[in-house]
Amino acid sequence: MATKDCDGQCEGCQHTEDRRTVLSWIIGGGIFASMASFLYPVVRFLNPPQITEVAVNEVSGGKTQDLKPNTGKIIKFGNKPALLVRVSDTEWKAFSAVCTHLNCTVQYRDSTSQIWCACHNGTYDLNGRVVSGPPPNPLEEYAVNVRGDDVVISRKA
Amino acid sequence: MLTTTLAWLNDRLGLEGIREVAAHKTVPVHSATRWYYFGGITLFLFGIQVVTGLLLMFYYRPTVAEAFDSVRFIMTRVEFGWLIRSIHSWSANLMIFMAFVHMFSVVFTHAYRSPRELTWGSGIALLGLLLGFGFSGYLLPWNQISYFATKVGADVAGSAPIVGPAIARVLRGGEDVGAATLTRFFALHVMFLPMLTVALIAFHVILVQKNGMSTPPWLSAANVRQMKFFPNFFLREAMVWYIALAVLGALAAIFPWELGEKADPFASAPKGIRPEWYFLAQFYTLKLLPSHVWFMEGELLGILGFGLVAAAWALLPVWGVNKAGEARIRLVSGAGIFLVAYLAVFTYLGYVK
Amino acid sequence: MRALVVFLVPVWLLAQPALFAQPAKDTCVECHTAMDGDLQKPALLIKGDVHTASGLSCADCHGGDRLIDDPSVAMSKAKGFIGKPARTAIPQLCAKCHSSPDYMRRYKPQQRVDQFELYKTSIHGKRLAAGDETVATCIDCHSVHDIRAVKDNQSPVYPLRLPDTCGRCHADAAKMAKYKIPTNQLAEYKTSVHWAALSKRSDLSAPNCASCHGNHGAKPPEVESVSAVCGNCHVLFAQMYEKSVHQPIFSAASGGGGCIVCHSNHGIHQPSVAMLAGDKAVCSGCHEVGSAGAKAAGDMAGLLNGLDTALTRSESTLTQADKYGMEVSEAQVKLLDGKEDLVKARLMMHSFRIEDMRKPIDAGMGVAAETLRAGQAALHDKDVRRIGLAVSVFFISITVVAIWLLLRRQESDGSGYIEAQASQMTKE
Repeated sequence: MATKDCDGQCEGCQHTEDRRTVLSWIIGGGIFASMASFLYPVVRFLNPPQITEVAVNEVSGGKTQDLKPNTGKIIKFGNKPALLVRVSDTEWKAFSAVCTHLNCTVQYRDSTSQIWCACHNGTYDLNGRVVSGPPPNPLEEYAVNVRGDDVVISRKA
Repeated sequence: MLTTTLAWLNDRLGLEGIREVAAHKTVPVHSATRWYYFGGITLFLFGIQVVTGLLLMFYYRPTVAEAFDSVRFIMTRVEFGWLIRSIHSWSANLMIFMAFVHMFSVVFTHAYRSPRELTWGSGIALLGLLLGFGFSGYLLPWNQISYFATKVGADVAGSAPIVGPAIARVLRGGEDVGAATLTRFFALHVMFLPMLTVALIAFHVILVQKNGMSTPPWLSAANVRQMKFFPNFFLREAMVWYIALAVLGALAAIFPWELGEKADPFASAPKGIRPEWYFLAQFYTLKLLPSHVWFMEGELLGILGFGLVAAAWALLPVWGVNKAGEARIRLVSGAGIFLVAYLAVFTYLGYVK
Repeated sequence: MRALVVFLVPVWLLAQPALFAQPAKDTCVECHTAMDGDLQKPALLIKGDVHTASGLSCADCHGGDRLIDDPSVAMSKAKGFIGKPARTAIPQLCAKCHSSPDYMRRYKPQQRVDQFELYKTSIHGKRLAAGDETVATCIDCHSVHDIRAVKDNQSPVYPLRLPDTCGRCHADAAKMAKYKIPTNQLAEYKTSVHWAALSKRSDLSAPNCASCHGNHGAKPPEVESVSAVCGNCHVLFAQMYEKSVHQPIFSAASGGGGCIVCHSNHGIHQPSVAMLAGDKAVCSGCHEVGSAGAKAAGDMAGLLNGLDTALTRSESTLTQADKYGMEVSEAQVKLLDGKEDLVKARLMMHSFRIEDMRKPIDAGMGVAAETLRAGQAALHDKDVRRIGLAVSVFFISITVVAIWLLLRRQESDGSGYIEAQASQMTKE
């Protein structure tokens, strides 16, 4: 800009080469540094994070060998606990493990083949429906699919 | 090196013409010169929106099941996702605010006069488009506040006379705000509105270059000192844009935009639900109107009122000048002050009530 | 001839009340509605009665004939009219139907038919049989003439209203004076967590008077069996207690008492560590300061307090990070696991052996530590962001200041401006 006007050939130029250069360098440097501080986040942003999955609609329930018939285990489904129950060799069930009474975590009771809440003795059957005790609502049921020897729990459509 | 490249490009693209225009562009210097910056700031912020919006699209998922979680993903898992998202949200609000400032500065410096009527018209249309961006973008995180605010907004749109219900249906993609609404709003927000807006901005900016910067009517253009756009005004504008960038960064880091809770259509609306600030004045006005005025429903009257005011405002170049083409300074400035006062007071009231 | 038959048959049919019954005539209600005062009241109330809905009426309890207009016939002894029954005869009167399985099966096959038998075993029943007319009979709790189903929220025995119904007598010092029974139970119950659950959270599973004392066979549970009653809902706590040292000791000392020794019976409040140690402690009622029991109580209180404090600290750190806009929802959810561990630790305390508490305490402390780290990391991130911002703003400021200096210098000689007269490019 200023440099174009002058080219060192005009008469009556007042500017001092040194001051102009220093200022130009500072501006150039400032622009470069600030641009870098803008571009750095953008570049890092575009780099995909390790876990690419955004929401939990599906979670692994482990291997089929891990759970014997008539047993259950607690698994994390998103933010909340879920209960996976192997009813028989071929039948699997999964429910939200949050008791509908006061939100305690339920457990599977193999002696009665029912789901039980230790807090106030609420009992659910293997359809998630309330059998006895204080829970007002049934447990939300999840879908279980067995792919090979992998057990996959997902939300029902 | 630079000169050679430019010469090469010039031979093929005819850049000389642009250089000529650029070299001769000037900006009037007077007490209201500072207001010339605001169009540029609005444009700059729009550019920020485009860039950050584009980046967000790499991770955002526009379905009811995943929208909220994808925004949370951006905020927590993606590196600098919090920065991009917060800048996008803050810049959206600042951009709309600057657009209003820009519009009112044009009103008070009476720059809508001939030959700039089309510039004014395209500007009003652009303001409408920006509000559309705000409304459509607000729903995309699919949290409680945005879901219910959209419901309220669509209901208000639906109460317009005759065409209201049809408009509401088309907006919502059905009878209720739901998955169809989200898809539609996403299409509007990332494709339809941007295309329209970019076209109108190009039109608006080309007109500004063609007609030059307007001088307020209380000054004579010939008697006003001019500042060269390049490099003088440009460098100043660069400073302003840089400062705006710093402000955005500070807002994003110190006041990050909140995530909220995932929308639950079966829950009741959060207490005191209201639209974003740029719709608040109208919303509060509608709340104030009695349920029936004469034979008309109060809300209907309100919406008709807004429509009339908007139409009249768009036609400012028509009634804002006298037969000789001179600005009706007192009338227009008076109307402008009244409008600013109304917007400011009612937005404030909408917040505290 | 054929015409006559055709005419007569419909007339004959119409005369068959069973086939074309008009709405059942009820002269009791008709006449008594037209009266006033105490004679009119029942006729008005009966509209809301659950028996009326099943087609029953006054005569089904009081005897008499509802189809006859003449009161001297309708209300005659010949028609079985008994007038207003004596209080001591009321339970039998109700039981006439309510204890008959065959009768009840017609209306509600699943309804119990043993209420009268149970009542006879209760204090109320025994005293009534001995001639005390002031004790409760069926109509004192269930109301009379406008009896509603228990599930109807206007019934005096609806779970939310039952405590006040019992309290009508049992909270009245004048009425209870001759029995020498205290009358503070209702007031105490209303300070309890159970009443709070019932009244504030509408949790109808929460116990009211009848849940522990029984309804028809109402009697205070035998002191040994109290913990069994509590154990109906609080299963694991009762199991822990039964296996603990306190069970045989309390059983021998005061004939049982179980849970109520520490938790009280009616005024059951939210338990806390303050019951273990401190000046309001329950343990120090038996365990002297310096004894092994007192020390154990103190240690248990220490463990519980320690976990509670750790969890609270994590929670406040996370809340603070949240306020700064940092995303900590995952850690906040993990914290709930820690809170569950605290609940488990409190459960294990009821075995009164500190070793049993270690496992949940350790698990909980682990969660507290993990979530605290997450909160502190979030706060650290917040600082990193602000430093990054400062760096960026610094570079921006340098650039802006440099540009400003450049402009100042360039324009010091007025260059870059075109004076007024020379301007040609501007338009009006």
